[in-house]
Amino acid sequence: MAGINTMIDEGRTQDDVAPLTAVEMPRQESIDENYETVGSPLLHNPLVKTRNVNVFYAEKQAIFNVNLDIAKNEVIAMIGPSGCGKSTFLRCLNRMNDTIDTCRVQGDIVLEGQDIYDRSVDAVELRARVGIVFQKPNPFPKSVYENVAYGPRIHGLVNRKSDLDDIVEDSLKRAGLWEEVKDELEGSGTGLSGGQQQRLCIARTIAVSPDIILMDEPCSALDPIATAKIEELIAELRENYTIAIVTHNMQQAARVSSRTAYFHLGKLIEVGETEIVFTRPVHPLTEAYITGRFG
Amino acid sequence: MNASTLVLVLIAITVASYYGGVMRSQALARPLGGIKHLSALPSYYGFMAVTWAVIPALILLLVWTIYEASVISNMVIALLPSETASLSEGELGLLYSRIANVASGIMQWDTLGEAYRPAVERMIELQTFTARYKPILVISLAVVGALIALKMVSAQWNVRYPVERIFNILLFLCSGIAVLITVGIVFSVVFESLRFFGEISFFDFVFGTQWSPQIAIRADQVGASGAFGVIPLLVGTMLISIIAMFVAVPVGLMSAIYLSEYASVQVRNIVKPLLEILAGIPTIVYGFFAAITVAPAIRAAGEGVGLEVASESALAAGLVMGVMIIPFVSSLSDDVINAVPNSLRDGSYGLGATQSETIRKVIIPAALPGIVGGVLLAVSRAIGETMIVVMAAGSMANLTVNPLEAVTTVTVQIVTLLVGDQEFDNAKTLAAFALGLMLFVITLGLNFIALYVVKKYREQYD
Amino acid sequence: MTDSVRKTVRDNLKKRYRAERYFRWFGVISVGFGLLCLVALFGDIFSKGIGAFRQTAVELEVFFDPDVLGVSASAEEAKIRTANFDGLYKAVLRERFPEVTTRGDRRVLYRLLSTEAAFDLQALSMANPDLIGQTRKIWLLADDDVDMYFKYGRSGEQVGRLSEAQQAWAEQLIAQGAVKTRFNTGLFTNGDSRDPEIAGVKGAVLGSLFTLMVTFLISFPVGVAAAIYLEEFAPKNKLTDFIEVNINNLAAVPSIIFGLLGLAVFINYFGVPRSVPLVGGLVLSLMTLPTVIISSRASITAVPPSIREAALGIGASKVQVVLHHVLPLAMPGMLTGAIIGMARALGETAPLLMIGMVAFIIDPPSGVLDPATVLPVQIYLWADSAERAFTERTSAAIMVLLVFLIVMNGLAVWLRSRLETRW
Repeated sequence: MAGINTMIDEGRTQDDVAPLTAVEMPRQESIDENYETVGSPLLHNPLVKTRNVNVFYAEKQAIFNVNLDIAKNEVIAMIGPSGCGKSTFLRCLNRMNDTIDTCRVQGDIVLEGQDIYDRSVDAVELRARVGIVFQKPNPFPKSVYENVAYGPRIHGLVNRKSDLDDIVEDSLKRAGLWEEVKDELEGSGTGLSGGQQQRLCIARTIAVSPDIILMDEPCSALDPIATAKIEELIAELRENYTIAIVTHNMQQAARVSSRTAYFHLGKLIEVGETEIVFTRPVHPLTEAYITGRFG
Repeated sequence: MNASTLVLVLIAITVASYYGGVMRSQALARPLGGIKHLSALPSYYGFMAVTWAVIPALILLLVWTIYEASVISNMVIALLPSETASLSEGELGLLYSRIANVASGIMQWDTLGEAYRPAVERMIELQTFTARYKPILVISLAVVGALIALKMVSAQWNVRYPVERIFNILLFLCSGIAVLITVGIVFSVVFESLRFFGEISFFDFVFGTQWSPQIAIRADQVGASGAFGVIPLLVGTMLISIIAMFVAVPVGLMSAIYLSEYASVQVRNIVKPLLEILAGIPTIVYGFFAAITVAPAIRAAGEGVGLEVASESALAAGLVMGVMIIPFVSSLSDDVINAVPNSLRDGSYGLGATQSETIRKVIIPAALPGIVGGVLLAVSRAIGETMIVVMAAGSMANLTVNPLEAVTTVTVQIVTLLVGDQEFDNAKTLAAFALGLMLFVITLGLNFIALYVVKKYREQYD
Repeated sequence: MTDSVRKTVRDNLKKRYRAERYFRWFGVISVGFGLLCLVALFGDIFSKGIGAFRQTAVELEVFFDPDVLGVSASAEEAKIRTANFDGLYKAVLRERFPEVTTRGDRRVLYRLLSTEAAFDLQALSMANPDLIGQTRKIWLLADDDVDMYFKYGRSGEQVGRLSEAQQAWAEQLIAQGAVKTRFNTGLFTNGDSRDPEIAGVKGAVLGSLFTLMVTFLISFPVGVAAAIYLEEFAPKNKLTDFIEVNINNLAAVPSIIFGLLGLAVFINYFGVPRSVPLVGGLVLSLMTLPTVIISSRASITAVPPSIREAALGIGASKVQVVLHHVLPLAMPGMLTGAIIGMARALGETAPLLMIGMVAFIIDPPSGVLDPATVLPVQIYLWADSAERAFTERTSAAIMVLLVFLIVMNGLAVWLRSRLETRW
């Protein structure tokens, strides 16, 4: 903790001397390897438990020693400046990082008592339980119906066409897209507007009824109106699903999440109730970030 | 003076006029205080002089060479005895070549009648004239041009603009050659084809089911007219192309998928160039392989299971052609598969799809237009491929879709009709051009569609 | 996720992974099939052709009989040249096998040796006239049927057309150690021939060389100029688009069509002589041009715009920018493309058949206006010949062609790695 303290002292001093020119980046080396996350990263009886997670891209370390729990049916927001590792961490939770050859993950990520990086765990099965929505809407170049039906089909969830129809309708309804597309289910998914495409991707994810939905900056490519719709949707989805959302939009995090985790340069600095993190941050880096001194 | 000497002299004049221009401009600049007082760099004056020397001379040379033959023949034919006026075009041509042979001393005087003496003498006279005066005129024009340009060199003359303009025009003409080639192809095949359709009806050609292009020597011979129905050739071509596609498309596509999605970088770096060697092997080698090794092997295998296989079976030619096209399909598929954005792969993996599900249900459907375009290009190659079928397929037209029998193709017939001595007034030779026209139209159509589809596909993901 | 859904997903996994494995195997098999074809092709050609690099010779005691030759050792050179060497080698064979007496049998006997034997004896006598009247042991070139029999036939394989009597004679010679194989230099130093044992690829190689020279001299400058125009100067308009579409389409036109073009335009219209490297080179250059243009354009595009801007910024004209900066930087890439285009042209056969380069020509060409054939066409001609010995030679000629192609492609790869700048 020595490093952090020094940094705090320096920061304060500089602030005192020149308050108006205080756009000073906290220095990188000021957090050492053995830092401790402040706030409340750990929970009783969590759905997901991550311990000492380190992630490397080839030789470069992207995530340092992260410990974080996620509770059932909560919305946890992960915020932080770009390159802080929040997306990398999110992608660890359903092993999307497996698709990158050079990526290595150390530590334990436990979902309902099962380490998901254990050899016995199948990534394919895992991803059915932990769905993901990406930054840029990526509907398949197929019909709306086929997009939503894709997951249930590959996992063999249905045997009858009518069951599949039900799943598609239900998913589209939950994603708030049904009213807009019910008459053109055979239309191309790529022909929808950006916001509709993203909701289609959410519907596609819901169709395999996952436990957890990961959202990797789901609104960064959308206009404000589409963003508002997605945020409404998140508020509805939290009743049935656990949601982990990465965002660089602090207001969005404040609006949609119940807990917030702040990442900085691959380290998890602070975790707490969203309200507390945004109003009374403990860590100076968190404070610096949410007050807009960098980011 | 022969052609190569003339070319050498022209090159010498080119070099000389360049240095003349450079030196003259430098000499002019020296009293003024250096080349900065010139309107352009000395080398530009050099290029200007070259332009003046070479371009008019080359134009003269070209025009003379192109029109020489027809002017001489018109003047010679005008001197022929009056009874030759009734000769047909072909007979006249034959007579003319005999006159030319006598004039050049290949044939003796006595092979022609005395009546032709004025024509022959005129021809000799004209040929001597052109041989003597063509080089003299061309060279003098070049020298005069160079001298005029050198005379015009002055410090005020800004040659940069005109020289660069000429440079630009030359470049434009070079790129125009591509168009010229297309025009040349169209004209040469269309012109001869029209002559062909003057003798054989178009409908007999396109819808006829008999192909036996034997023209009788005597009028009373059996099958005197010859049959020019193109259907058996088209069926044969299609049969072999389809067999080739049955080999090339799955193998090429799956190789591309395996190498781009599954194989490690090391394996890919070794195997990909190895497979591409297949594309670099000349088709004649494939033809030899098909004829000497594959066809007998298939025949033996067929006999082993009690099947009658022709020694020049469509199967052998098609299989080997398929192997030749594998790298073509695989590199085109590789391109289109790599153009599929990774976000689609992520989307599929994110839903818990396995790799093969992602490939089969997302990537291939997304890449389908590009793959179809690539396959169309491959089909066009198979249709136009010549040497494999010339060596391994049959030459007798046979209307069948049995891959174990011998069939012939459009390209084989073009080769068969044109190799050896030809006379250009005979339907047999002209038929080759009609087949060529058909081949050109079919492959052009396929290429056009394919390139369009691929282009649209790329725009979709750009 | 409900337990039942989770169970369904898990239950289906096995089936899905099996499909995954099958799919993967299908990929491995496809790649394997391609590689197998490559190995089979090369292995087949190699195993068939390697024998042609050795050739059978027969050792015979030759008495340079002045009576048979009709000249004496002191005769002048011209006389020796025209002496009856044909009779000499026949006499030698008669002497070696005195038991052969009838005319018919003797004619069969003479066919143990190649007719080239007479020329070999002539060359020896011309070099050393003193041989006339003397006796020497000399290795003489065997006929192709003997060659085939000695190299392959004795293992029981039915290969040649050697009659039983000939086989007996050959066995007799073999038993005495008077038959051996030696390196086949004639394959590289002779022109074409109807006799397989003296047919060589020299004429075809030279023909290919002259043809490629013409191809390169036309297609490279024109192709580079066209590429420069299209990349650097062309305004974006309908005409330029049309030219582009044209080039792309031409690149996919079957090569045989270019042969028809050459026949109709160059030979029939312009009266260029048939069968000469000039017309072959013209046709191939039209065929190669689109390839050269496309690859040259790619290397021009690879030159970063910053270099053009730097030169323009200090007041160079557009032409100077191109000539001083773009062209030199793009040249290695252009040359690489051109070499690959030339390699394709070297292997091309079909269009050359159209323009008469398929003629049987014995004398190697000495210029672009001499009748000639090219390597792939030579392969085609030999492949068409019935003799087993020609099959062997065809494979050998293919090996020669492949060596040329490997060298050219290797050169292109080397050039790319050595000279090409990467930005």
